Amino acid sequence: MLKQTEGSHAVAEAIALCRPEVICAYPITPQTHIVEGLGEMVKSGELKDCEFINVESEFAALSVAIGSSAAGARSYTATASQGILFMAEAVYNAAGLGLPIVMTIGNRAIGAPINIWNDHSDSMSMRDAGWIQLYAETNQEAVDLHIQAFRLAEELSCPVMVCVDGFILTHAYERIDIPTQEQVDAYLPKFEPVQILDCDEPVSIGAMVGPEAFFEVRYLQHHKQLRALELIPQLAAEFKQQFGRDSGGLVRTYQCEDADTIIVALGSINGTVKDAVDEARANGQRAGVLTICSFRPFPLVEVRAALEKAKRVVVLEKTLAVGLGGVVSDGVRKSLSGIALKGYTVIAGLGGRSITKRSLLNLLKQADRDELEPLSFLDLNWDVVNREIERGKQQRRTGPIAENILRDLHTNAAARTS
Amino acid sequence: MTAQQPVKFYQTGTFTVGNRLLAEDDRNVQANMRRTNSLNSGHRACQGCGEALGARYAIDAAMQATNNQVMAVNATGCLEVFSTPYPETSWQIPWLHSLFGNAAAVASGVAAGLRARGKKDVRVIAQGGDGGTTDIGFGCLSGMFERNDDVLYICYDNEAYMNTGVQRSSATPPAARTATTMAVGPHPGNVFGTGKNLPLIAMAHHIPYVATASVANLRDLEAKVIRAMSMRGARYIHIHVPCPLGWGSAPADTIKVARMAVESGLFPLFEAEHGEVTSRYTLRRPVPVTDYLKLQKRFAHLFGKTPDTETLTSIQAMADRNIRVFGLQGQEAV
Amino acid sequence: MFQVRIHGRGGQGVVSAAEMLSMAAFDEGRHAQAFPSFGSERMGAPVMAFCRIDDREIRLREPVMQPDALIIQDPTLLHQVDLFSGLSPTGFILINSTRSFDELGIGDFVCNFPEGHVRTVAATELALKHVGRPLPNAALLGGFAAISGQLQFESVTKAIREKFPGKVGEANVTAARAAYDSAIGQRTQEPAHA
Repeated sequence: MLKQTEGSHAVAEAIALCRPEVICAYPITPQTHIVEGLGEMVKSGELKDCEFINVESEFAALSVAIGSSAAGARSYTATASQGILFMAEAVYNAAGLGLPIVMTIGNRAIGAPINIWNDHSDSMSMRDAGWIQLYAETNQEAVDLHIQAFRLAEELSCPVMVCVDGFILTHAYERIDIPTQEQVDAYLPKFEPVQILDCDEPVSIGAMVGPEAFFEVRYLQHHKQLRALELIPQLAAEFKQQFGRDSGGLVRTYQCEDADTIIVALGSINGTVKDAVDEARANGQRAGVLTICSFRPFPLVEVRAALEKAKRVVVLEKTLAVGLGGVVSDGVRKSLSGIALKGYTVIAGLGGRSITKRSLLNLLKQADRDELEPLSFLDLNWDVVNREIERGKQQRRTGPIAENILRDLHTNAAARTS
Repeated sequence: MTAQQPVKFYQTGTFTVGNRLLAEDDRNVQANMRRTNSLNSGHRACQGCGEALGARYAIDAAMQATNNQVMAVNATGCLEVFSTPYPETSWQIPWLHSLFGNAAAVASGVAAGLRARGKKDVRVIAQGGDGGTTDIGFGCLSGMFERNDDVLYICYDNEAYMNTGVQRSSATPPAARTATTMAVGPHPGNVFGTGKNLPLIAMAHHIPYVATASVANLRDLEAKVIRAMSMRGARYIHIHVPCPLGWGSAPADTIKVARMAVESGLFPLFEAEHGEVTSRYTLRRPVPVTDYLKLQKRFAHLFGKTPDTETLTSIQAMADRNIRVFGLQGQEAV
Repeated sequence: MFQVRIHGRGGQGVVSAAEMLSMAAFDEGRHAQAFPSFGSERMGAPVMAFCRIDDREIRLREPVMQPDALIIQDPTLLHQVDLFSGLSPTGFILINSTRSFDELGIGDFVCNFPEGHVRTVAATELALKHVGRPLPNAALLGGFAAISGQLQFESVTKAIREKFPGKVGEANVTAARAAYDSAIGQRTQEPAHA
């Protein structure tokens, strides 16, 4: 049923349709509306056969999910930013134990400095833990990916995180088709665990594994993700059959067939990029967009196929590998191994800085002329940066950087208006 | 007629009665042929390990009390490590080890999962050492208590991080030597004025049942576990378990050392419900703390040619305070 | 695509206003996107919310930089924040105020806009009168429907009732209607203070 509703609320409805049995959550901006919505549905009785547990930390939230999943219940939680770090130990634990937990990440920057706005640093911090990572481009896709996520997680017995850009998607009202219970039931069968705590057949789960076997256990996690490379497109195709729309899958291309310049991006920014590409094309530039939906497993083959005929690739990243540069770029570069084309990494949108169509159009022009640095920072205020660097050269006790910059911005803003 | 003279009878030694003299229902679980051996032989615990002893008694008692419907969630620590040396396990019950600090939360999750599957008669026990309970697991433990989740948490307190090499925890007693509170300098061993009393903290949450127990009184330990399993909601049992390796005591002395701790008043045995003490084990004749301390090399620096009388006096004062505060003084001899 | 930017202060229902606009557009079978711009939220701080309306899927996610319409819920922002940044020269401005444009200090500025595109609505007063609370957002939406022609008034009232069920919704609808009538009425009169 078509609704005009807040992204978070739609995600909550989607989760409810998946018949979760245990939901445990700790509040953190910008995921709060999702868990509040679910909490209300459980408390009112609208979401039946589900227990909603208010826990005392994110670490507890994922730990409760680990316990309930091991006991054979379909389990869900959600977090963002600092929260995913606080549960980091449990994130690795859930993947290592192979528990099919689904978790929403309301993508938000990680401090210090503390920041509540959107970027991808949180989910990226856990990219190697063994969870499958899917990134939603729209709130419709956010809804659809959660449904696919439970199916994917349970078939592989591997946890899945669905990444939804904080505020930009979570707090946006848009038109979303919420599926019916019948549709979801037909797509998502009852949870059949591959391992379970059962008094009739006792097992010990979570033993210490030494050098003689750890390697093999870890490899098998990797193997699961390789299987996911096949399963994800299959489940997306099945989803299309059942629900009537394209959603999920490994990657999506837009105008890439004859493109000279292709922008690669994850998440909601793809919408703005597509508008920019349309305008660039109207101005005679042959541009295209590659949207990566499955970041883990990283679809090397599909990315290569999409990019190999282009002249240049611009990877637009909402995350910074401090001291190195791009994160997604690494995967893209690997996928293009042996192919000579120009690659540019553009870091953008950190801490919620808006990525505008105007800036993207400029970026595309610069890319076309190959005027970009290998690593660049979109709309970074170099004046502010240079002033701070200079301040650091002049004195030792400069004080906290973030505060200095904020003061600098205010002073200059005041100077401009006076 | 001669004047009446009171004759004093003293029972020295233990109160132990041979099982064959008791009704079947009063016998301990371990004496029963049908005991489940939930923690089976073959584990890799040290000789004389108090924790292995405590765990075996506790889990078997829980099994008997619940018609063998128990699952355990274990924190990282000695018990987890010595009971599951890959590829073997000595657990005969469903058992889950997740992390060091989350046993209470994971157990809450298991309990919720069991309810979701309609298995409301299957009970969940979370267990961990003092490190995993009083320190790193404290947040999750308090959360579980606060929510009154249907979990029995058992803490096996050997008063230090033993698995990693005997480092100090917030359960380490004052003056004890550990690898991070060495017996050197002006104040050798663990510092006075630090530490937490987890049983009291558990009581402050007003949960249905809190008890302390010791491997010195295994019958009492079993009874407390059985009592706990007769209730629902958050329950906590804190078991004192000597560690011969970490305490520097003889493996054959484990039960004796545990008994000295109880009989000196340093480790009071009591039960509490909803924050109020409901029973305590009274001491007929408290033993001086030195009887306890001198059995352990971790306190050796208090003795010798020039005993640290000041510290010994302070420790005795702690024991005396416990006796007073918990009302441990038994009936006076007549 | 028609882009609306709503300015106000925290606690005045700016975000709800944008959401209701989007719901009204949805009810007419159109695509709509509404989202807030978050500052550190505290009551009284300047906030913005955005609404885009189109007949096809809206892919753009940036803040509205070139609004076709501005709704200013709090006129005290007028000379504090650059409210008119990017506004189309044929755009619409709706200001919650009982004062004239000259009194507001923008008399000359509004002269440049087409007839009927710039209006004031005493939305706070209408809200106080009909709803009993100084939340001007619903009333302003009535005014918006009147001057912009982008939305049917019925769609706006439906959205208000969805957002605020029961008596509160009805009261807000009454306030919206009063604002709508006032704005329509203004159109047929001599342009005030233009």
